[in-house]
Amino acid sequence: MNDMRLTERGVETKQIKMKARGVEVFYGDTHAIKSVDVDIEDHTVTAFIGPSGCGKSTFLRCLNRMNDTIDICRVTGDIHLDGEDIYDPRIDPVQLRAKVGMVFQKPNPFPKSIYDNVAYGPKIHGLARTKAELDEIVEKSLRRAAIWNEVKDRLDAPGTGLSGGQQQRLCIARAVATGPEVLLMDEPCSALDPIATAQVEELIDELRQSYSVVIVTHSMQQAARVSQKTAFFHLGTLVEFGETSKIFTNPEDPRTESYITGRIG
Amino acid sequence: MADITNSGTGGPRKSSLTESSAKIAKRKRADLILQGFGIGAILTAFTVLFILVASLVSTGYTAFVQTHVTLQVFVDPAEVAEERLPRGGFQEVLTASLLSNLPDADPESDARAVRNILSNGAQFYLRDRIVANPSLIGQTISITVPVSDPFDQLNKGNVDRATPEAQRRVNDREIGWFDALDTAGMIATPLNWGLITNADSRFPELAGLRGALVGTFWALLTCFLISFPIGIGAAIYLEEFAPKNKLSDFIEVNINNLAAVPSVVFGLLALAVFLNWFGLPRSAPFVGGLTLALMTMPTIIIATRAALKAVPPSIREAALGVGASKQQVVFGHVLPLAMPGILTGTIIGLAQALGETAPLLLIGMNAFITSAASSPFDASTALPTQIFIWADSPERGFVSRTSAAILVLLGFLVLMNGMAIYLRNKFERRW
Repeated sequence: MNDMRLTERGVETKQIKMKARGVEVFYGDTHAIKSVDVDIEDHTVTAFIGPSGCGKSTFLRCLNRMNDTIDICRVTGDIHLDGEDIYDPRIDPVQLRAKVGMVFQKPNPFPKSIYDNVAYGPKIHGLARTKAELDEIVEKSLRRAAIWNEVKDRLDAPGTGLSGGQQQRLCIARAVATGPEVLLMDEPCSALDPIATAQVEELIDELRQSYSVVIVTHSMQQAARVSQKTAFFHLGTLVEFGETSKIFTNPEDPRTESYITGRIG
Repeated sequence: MADITNSGTGGPRKSSLTESSAKIAKRKRADLILQGFGIGAILTAFTVLFILVASLVSTGYTAFVQTHVTLQVFVDPAEVAEERLPRGGFQEVLTASLLSNLPDADPESDARAVRNILSNGAQFYLRDRIVANPSLIGQTISITVPVSDPFDQLNKGNVDRATPEAQRRVNDREIGWFDALDTAGMIATPLNWGLITNADSRFPELAGLRGALVGTFWALLTCFLISFPIGIGAAIYLEEFAPKNKLSDFIEVNINNLAAVPSVVFGLLALAVFLNWFGLPRSAPFVGGLTLALMTMPTIIIATRAALKAVPPSIREAALGVGASKQQVVFGHVLPLAMPGILTGTIIGLAQALGETAPLLLIGMNAFITSAASSPFDASTALPTQIFIWADSPERGFVSRTSAAILVLLGFLVLMNGMAIYLRNKFERRW
C-alpha cells in the first residue's frame, strides 16, 4: 500500500542531518565496519538492512557513540551532526545522546512508573524547571509516541507492567522526551507481535515529521513500508545506499539483489 | 531439512514409544541413583543439624530457667544502718531469714553452710532494694534471690542423690535444708531473664550475656559502618568503572583470595596493626569491628559485584540512551536494582562475622568483664568469645549456659539469614 507513495517521497530533497565518512569500527582485532559513507537526511526514515552480523547495529550505535561504552570497541572516521564532528574530544557523549535518541531492540523500560520513565531524561538534562513543565513534557512525549490514551489514567503504574508493544512505545516516548533531533531505532519491532509492529511502524512514519529517523531492521517488508532511504550492509561494508524504492525494485549491486530476493542472509 | 523428513517417514525402522529397551532402563536407573544420592546427602545434612541442635537444647534448656528462693527478710537495723549505706550486713540479714526457716540448722556452726544456699550475689539484690528505698530498714520484706549453683543444679535434677555424699557438691544435710525450703513453697524456677540482662560473672547463677550482646552489637555496627560503604565503593568501581586489564584482574583474584584467608590471620594483623601500632584499646568492640570489617569486606565486594552484574545491560543502555552519564546510570538505575542482592550479601557477611571467634580472641575480647560496654571503646566480650570463656569454666552451671549462649548465637544467625531471604524476596525486581 505504501508503494504508491514511495515514488512521490523520492523526489523530495532534504537537508542532510548526519554525515558519515570513512567510518571504521574495530572490536579488538575484528574489523566490524569497513569504510562506510552515509548521509542521513532530516525528516526522513533511513533503514539499515542486511544479514545478521553485517554491522548495521554497530554502525547505528556509532551515531550516538553508544559504542563508547564497550571497552574493546574503537571507531575511526568522521561522523558529523549538523556539521559538528561527534567524535571531537570536546563533545560530551552524554549531550550527544540527548540530541540523538535511541530505541532498542528489546523494550527496556526502567522498572519505575510510566511517568518516571518518560520524565527521567528531561530531569537529568534540566529541561523542566517546574513540575507543571515536566508534566507537559511527559504528556507531549506520550502523545507523540501514540500511547497517551492508553496510559493517561495510570501514569503511576510500573512501565514494566505494560504489554510489549506499549513498552516499546513507552521507550519511544522516553527517547522523544529529551527533545532529540535524530532517533535511532535498533530493530524496534523484532520483539513485537504484528499488531504492535503495525502501531510502531505507523508511529515511525509520524515521527518523521519532527525527527530524522534511522531504523535497523531485519524485515525487508518493514524497510520497504517505513523508509524513504535504505542502506544495505553486508560483511561490514555498505554495499548500496539510495532511495528505498530503487533499492527494492532496481538494485545496482548483485549482492543487494540476492539479499532482497532471499538468497543471502 | 527436506531429506530428513523423507527418511523419517519412509525409513524401515519404526519403534514404539512405550516399548522399553535396555538403554532406557539403564538411563532410568542412573537417574534414580543420582536422585538417591541427592536425597541421601540432604538427609545426612539434616540429621547432623538435628543432632547438633538437639544436643544443645538438651544441655542448654536448663539455663533458660533459674532456681530462685523467696525469703521473708526482716531488715534488722542492727545489721543494716541507713547512715552506713550502701554498706551493711545484707548477707547476715538474708542468712538470718534462711535460718529462721530451717529449725534443725544451728545458727552458729551452720551459718556459713546455710548462707551458701544463696547465690553470692543475693546480698546485692537486697542492697539495691534498700539503697533505693531506705525506709524499708526495720521492716520485713519479701525478696526473691537466686540460689547458688550447686543448689540450682540440685533443683534441676543434675545432682544424683544416690551417689555417695563425698562425691557430691552438696551433702545430705544441705539437701535436707533445700528440700525443707522447697516444701515450704519458697523455691521457684522462673524464666531466667538474667541470662540476657546480666553481664558476665564468676558465679554461673548470675552470669548473663548482656556484656557479650552489647559487645557484639558494637562490633557488628562498626563492622557494618566500615565494610558496607568501602565494600560497595570498591565493587562499583571494579565492576562499572575500572578498565579491564591485567591490574584489575590481579585485584579481582586477590579479593577472592582475601575472602578465603583464615580469620585468625586477620586477628594477628589486627593485633599487630590496630593494637600495637595504632595503639587502639585492647578488648574494645571497635577494634573487633575493624577486624571483622577486614573479613567481611571481600564478601561484600563479591556479593555486590555479582548483584551489579545481574542487572540486565538493557537497563544501562536505556539510561545511557537518554543521555545519562555513567555516574547517573550507576547510582540512578543499576545500584537501586542491585540493592536487594547487595543487602543479602552484606547480611550474610555480617552473620559470618557474628560467629567469628579467632580474631576476637587475639585482640583480647575474651577478657573477664562484668559490665556491659557503654561505648565501642570499652573493654567487652562478644557472643562467640563469651561462649569460649564459659566453655572453659569449671562450674557445672556454665555447661548449660554455654549451650544456652550457643543457642542464642544460632538464634541471631537464623534471624539474620531469615532477614536476608526476606529482603531478597521482597525487593527482588523482575524485568
